[in-house]
Amino acid sequence: MAFFFAQFLTGLANAAALFLVASGLSLIFGVTRIVNFAHGSFYMLGAFIGVVLMDLLPGHVGFWGAILLTGLAVGLIGALVEMVVLRPIYRAPELFQLVATFGVILVIQDLALMIWGAEDRLGPRAPGLRGVWRIFGEPVPKYDIVLIAITPVILFALWYLIARTRLGVLVRAATQDREMVGALGVNQAWLFTGVFALGSALAGLGGALQLPKGGADLLMDFNIIGAVFVVVVIGGMGSLPGAFIASVLISVLNVFGVTYLPQSTLVLMYVVMAVVLIVRPYGLLGREEVAGEHGQVGAPETPIRPYGPKGMALVAVLLALLALLPVFAEPFVLTLVVDMVVFALFAASLHFILGSGGLVSFGHAAFFGGGAYAAALLVYHTGTPMELAFLFAPLAAGLLALGIGWFCIRLTGVYFAMLTLAFSQLVWSLAFQWRSVTRGDDGLVNIWPAEWLSGDITYYYFALAFGIGGILVLRHVIHAPFGYALRAGRDSPRQAEATGIDVKRVQFAAFALAGAMAGLAGGIFVFSKGSVFPTELEIAKSFDALIVVFLGGVKTLAGGVVGAGFMTVVEDWLVRLEYWRLLLGLVIIAVVILMPEGIVGTLRTLWRRIRHSDEEAV
Amino acid sequence: MLSVERIHSYYGKAHILNDLSFEVRRGEVVALLGRNGAGKSTTMKSVMQLLRPRQGQVTFQGRDLVGEPAFRVAKCGIGYVPEDRRIFTDLTVLENLEVGRQPRREDAPFWTQEQLFEIFPNLYERRANRGKHMSGGEQQMLTIARTLMGNPALLLLDEPSEGIAPVIVEQMAETIKTLKEEGLTVMISEQNLHFARAVADRAIIIEGGEKKFDGSFAELEAHPEIRDAYLSV
Repeated sequence: MAFFFAQFLTGLANAAALFLVASGLSLIFGVTRIVNFAHGSFYMLGAFIGVVLMDLLPGHVGFWGAILLTGLAVGLIGALVEMVVLRPIYRAPELFQLVATFGVILVIQDLALMIWGAEDRLGPRAPGLRGVWRIFGEPVPKYDIVLIAITPVILFALWYLIARTRLGVLVRAATQDREMVGALGVNQAWLFTGVFALGSALAGLGGALQLPKGGADLLMDFNIIGAVFVVVVIGGMGSLPGAFIASVLISVLNVFGVTYLPQSTLVLMYVVMAVVLIVRPYGLLGREEVAGEHGQVGAPETPIRPYGPKGMALVAVLLALLALLPVFAEPFVLTLVVDMVVFALFAASLHFILGSGGLVSFGHAAFFGGGAYAAALLVYHTGTPMELAFLFAPLAAGLLALGIGWFCIRLTGVYFAMLTLAFSQLVWSLAFQWRSVTRGDDGLVNIWPAEWLSGDITYYYFALAFGIGGILVLRHVIHAPFGYALRAGRDSPRQAEATGIDVKRVQFAAFALAGAMAGLAGGIFVFSKGSVFPTELEIAKSFDALIVVFLGGVKTLAGGVVGAGFMTVVEDWLVRLEYWRLLLGLVIIAVVILMPEGIVGTLRTLWRRIRHSDEEAV
Repeated sequence: MLSVERIHSYYGKAHILNDLSFEVRRGEVVALLGRNGAGKSTTMKSVMQLLRPRQGQVTFQGRDLVGEPAFRVAKCGIGYVPEDRRIFTDLTVLENLEVGRQPRREDAPFWTQEQLFEIFPNLYERRANRGKHMSGGEQQMLTIARTLMGNPALLLLDEPSEGIAPVIVEQMAETIKTLKEEGLTVMISEQNLHFARAVADRAIIIEGGEKKFDGSFAELEAHPEIRDAYLSV
């Protein structure tokens, strides 16, 4: 019993940092509607800055002063990021900003590497709180008790700020209808900057506070972001008490998980989240998202039309070029093009569900990696012939999408996105921790194509046929009645229902098709590389696809494909450099700011403008 | 005080306001009349810069407003009460008023919470209630009171009589008269000619985003064909 209680206290102590980071994310999302992926990066910055400041400042005052100063510093960095990166793009299509925040992650990762080096830093102990207290005979670190005491204080302070001050009133008003707040004379720009700074400061505080229990390393950003999203979603987006309860729930479960079910630690919180969302779709204390509630009236969508003869001709020329490529290109170019085709199909499948379906999935890698793993597992464990295993990839991914979609399709907007993220993390942690089947992070190797396909050129044609074939299938579906129904459901669900379309069923089917196509890409991928690792299921992989879709242009037909081509080439160039993440991050941010319609969208607008001025000149 | 010159406003590709010009002079109550879809709300939004006119000028007390963000228009002294009220339903009455609060302005009447509660006694009774638990009439009063907390010199009232009980409509007319006596300049948009005639000094009629009439109610009486053509009575 005493041991139980001590475990419970450890969980409570771990909840402190998690709550700080999660409350910051929740606050930022509530007001700005930005899903700030870079929030984990602010947490990491907090840890590194905290280590530096604690070294500089001695004693009790130094330690706690360092934590406060860290919060301030990270808050300022947050304000800077908001003003430079996000302010120019608030008017861009919804969720476009998250691509920019992903650019910020990359930039901060490399800057941290430049400044603090690759070595992990051990956090200093809190002065005067080094030992343990005995509670019912069990040792509990003193610092844990302090953390347990601090968390409610922070919760209360935040509650006071939000519930009782003018700033809090404005924040809550802006959460509901920011345009109206502006019409009443409040400068939203500064309100947004203030909230973003506050949220970042909370993340920084969290990073510094956890130092004596952990430390600082360059993986912290991605390691915490999954848990933070889980907490925010379980608690309910925008609810501080919800974030608190969920932080405690997740942290305590985690501690018990480590003790009793060590192989389940990564999966556990996603299972909890899935269960909570199935029972309460908007989290424990969240409330339903009402579309259009936030006073943003977007321009009406321009319908996507099939290409005219000129577009068709261009595509045909490109395809002919690709078909003739082996005649004059080096083998490494072929490999690069296979990568590009794989990525293009993966991105096109996400683009299909996101652009035409209006469903933003944060976990699309589950289907790409899922397909790759499905094929690889068959080959690895049963020695199934490659041809059969390859066909199994889209099938298995499609089935997986049916399973995941069944839970997710009932939700909309950011809850949908978060639940897909959770499920993809579930799949990832299975691959990572179920070592007896998946070999964990050693990956599955020696997964080569059948003999007759094993030549570079043969596999190139194989990849081309299936990759382009998959893209063409998706394109065909978009222009088929099914695609019309899907787009109708995106633009006006009620209207669509009223005309007899079962919107949810259409979306469910589309989600499964997108999953199957991502799985097909995974199948092509695994046999071209000969191996698959859990990285293919990571959040970062899902984000890669999201980035190229947004960069290419959501509202264009070729967005995913062009974005994927652009990204593969840019990455191939940049990874040769030492600080390629920094440059890639800057490229992403630049594209987001300069081309808010995406690459294809911007080119099209430019083209129209040129043609228009020609006509005027005539 | 406010001068709108030849503005053209669009929603996407739809051309809503076509070469619209009018003036509002200090101290008067002007009624913007027209049928559903005539462009009344769009006119209000175009003044407020919630919708940016693609052409033309909006000048308030000598200052060009086109292209300014809405918060700056509000700071210049224009108060906007939207047609759909847009009160913050999760906030209490007092908190709604707090969002609207702005410093005192030299050229405009100054309102305290207490004064507003005198004009709208219902709000005082419901001061701790959340916006979502209020009736349509109460919400309408709250949205006006909230805007008055900003001490505007010019008040834009978009369809204040829409969707509220007749008794409250009468009360609303009294309120607008009170506001005028306090020295506020008011522009209301209306479909209800009787309500407009009861409170306003002058009528502007628009149809299809174009101005069709601008003059006193006496002139309008003298030309019933205008009324029949552009207003549904």
